[in-house]
Amino acid sequence: MSKDSKTPMLDDLEKGVWPSFVKEIKKAAVKSNTAQDLLNILERSYRDKVTHWKHGGIVGVLGYGGGVIGRYCDLPEEYPGVAHFHTVRINQPAGFYYTASALRELMDIWDKYGSGLTNFHGSTGDLVLLGTQTDKLEAIFAEITAKGWDLGGSGSCLRTPSCCAGMSRCEFACIDSMEICDTLTHKFQDELHRPAFPYKFKIKVSGCANDCTAAVARADLSIIGTWRDSIQMDQAEVKNYSTKMNIQTEIVDMCPTKCMSFDNGTLKINNKDCNRCMHCINQMPKALRPGKEKGATIMLGGKAPIVTGALMSWVILPFMKLEPPFDNLEALIRKLWEWWDDHGKNRERIGELVDRLGMRSMLESTGLPPVPQMVKAPRSNPYVFWSADDVK
Amino acid sequence: MADKPKRITDIGAPHFSKFLPPVIKKNYGKWKYHEQINKGTMKHVSETGDELYTVRMASPRLVSTDYIREVCDIAEKFSGGHLRFTTRNNIEFFPDKAQVDPLQAELKKRGHLVGGIGYGISNVVHTQGWIHCHTPATDASGVVKAVMDELHEYFTTKSLPARVRIALACCLNMCGAVHCSDIAILGIHRKPPKVNEATIANQCEIPTTIASCPTGAISPNPALKSVKIKEERCMYCGNCYTMCPSLPIANATGDGISIYVGGKVSNARGPARMSKLAIPFLPNNPPRWPEVVQAVKHLVEVYAKNAHKHERVGEWIERIGWERFFTLTGIPFTHMHIDDFTFARETFRMTPTFKWE
Repeated sequence: MSKDSKTPMLDDLEKGVWPSFVKEIKKAAVKSNTAQDLLNILERSYRDKVTHWKHGGIVGVLGYGGGVIGRYCDLPEEYPGVAHFHTVRINQPAGFYYTASALRELMDIWDKYGSGLTNFHGSTGDLVLLGTQTDKLEAIFAEITAKGWDLGGSGSCLRTPSCCAGMSRCEFACIDSMEICDTLTHKFQDELHRPAFPYKFKIKVSGCANDCTAAVARADLSIIGTWRDSIQMDQAEVKNYSTKMNIQTEIVDMCPTKCMSFDNGTLKINNKDCNRCMHCINQMPKALRPGKEKGATIMLGGKAPIVTGALMSWVILPFMKLEPPFDNLEALIRKLWEWWDDHGKNRERIGELVDRLGMRSMLESTGLPPVPQMVKAPRSNPYVFWSADDVK
Repeated sequence: MADKPKRITDIGAPHFSKFLPPVIKKNYGKWKYHEQINKGTMKHVSETGDELYTVRMASPRLVSTDYIREVCDIAEKFSGGHLRFTTRNNIEFFPDKAQVDPLQAELKKRGHLVGGIGYGISNVVHTQGWIHCHTPATDASGVVKAVMDELHEYFTTKSLPARVRIALACCLNMCGAVHCSDIAILGIHRKPPKVNEATIANQCEIPTTIASCPTGAISPNPALKSVKIKEERCMYCGNCYTMCPSLPIANATGDGISIYVGGKVSNARGPARMSKLAIPFLPNNPPRWPEVVQAVKHLVEVYAKNAHKHERVGEWIERIGWERFFTLTGIPFTHMHIDDFTFARETFRMTPTFKWE
């Protein structure tokens, strides 16, 4: 443990109303030199205004290529407690539900082998155990798997899929997002644990267009619930809402497709014009509900800026019915991976590959037909690829 | 030697049904509607007539095992031993109706913040920063703590015209994928990487390093088995450093924070959209990043004063126009605001119709 354990800057972050991560590190530091030295080296970063973590190293457990992030500090003599500070990603249960007893078991394992610090949860969704040493990894893995848990993804693999609370608690859910997430996680264990893709691949499942998992922004494959038929309506409840809100200005006037009208206390919806944005349903959940013919819109390509710019996912299949065991979804995902595996360059996300090769290559190889729902508008530029078959 | 226990692999996450409260199991897929009771409580009602109460509190995301044990104690006392985390690092309990008020009182007594539901500011999605990451341009937890110490009332009591989602990513890798947030706090580098000639030949694969640069700023330097950097072409993404540890890009004066605004992921009223640059640079000033805190607070306040009900930050800005946004906020418009990368041209104004201020 570092001799220098004064942390005046971090101490300041114990003050204030918002919950303090510094208090948490200090709680862990009572029991763990690793946590104490994390505090010390973080204070050093606050002074130096740069990180003190080195470029990662490859560490892991036998037979897996991911799930553990190797981390070493650049000042191991001064901060020996964090000479190694590896992260273990544990695949969270779909929907982030836990029981106290399951969490206590995991926390006991972590206190035995790690810093006692965790993230609930990491950005992709994993339950993150923060800070351990290489020689502890096998023991941690043996104990967590004995309790029914497994590692999540890291590196150029399928990253841990995640989802919203879906049908467990939300009346808006048009698909069983938790069951889909859990099923895909189990179908794709090999792809999750053994990196063999050009780069990372993220899947997120949102039950409706409110997209509580940010699938459109954060997932290469975004599965977003929707419906095909008409919004279900309860006019008596519309009347009740009309005493609490201004339905004309807050609902009808804010409808993006202007498919609604409100006359003499009756709400009318031209469902053919509705684009299912969720605004009216969000505001009047007692009166309006998604239709009955439910499924998902499948979108592709979302990612953060590295390498050639941030992308949001776009529609590749307007509607897919999703019922267990979701074999249709699995087949589509495997076809997308095959195309990406065949053509993708090292560290090229699937969205960037579509950018480079064009939608046609992806659509032909997956068998998805081109439809107007895929574009905001058809091309305006007259440079067009025609294949020899097209001009026969 | 005793037999080793059989190695268990590839079992995936436990099925969620093990963790669901009985009322959720019984009413799975049958929820009919919900009501927000207050900023920290909502009620879901099922077609069966059953009711589910949810009480939400903020967590600092980076938590100790003892913290988790404490929330387990609370879950066992008030929520049948069940709890849930949200995608924004909040914790949710499911008390019976009669236990809602006692639970809230207990949470408050223990110093937890109850809230985050409805129109206001929920918890902040963020990355690791100086806690654990090798490429950050700023810290994450410290900036979030400083910002939310100032804005916590929007979590617990105060309302805004709509939801305001704040997210922080400590570099352009954006593990937090902040690029569709109402207010995105993004760590940036502003100085090109420096080649470590002593280590590069052994540490890095030269062709992949060259190929990693999105602007073509890296070329080979065969004499030294190294690379050359055309510094004026570098846009500081840091991807080369990810590929090659001998190209460090972090720099105490170059690094800092930029603020992007107006993104969202919900499609309500209009499609999801990306956040756009409001403030190109603010310095790293730990432990409390006062410039960043003031900037975020100012943006929230200008939005709160001017937006219509239900209008997200981006919808408000699109209604008034970006030129008016810069006037109202007083943020200077600079060269940095005009894109000059891949998607630049689609951001240019191709009409002489605009507002003067």
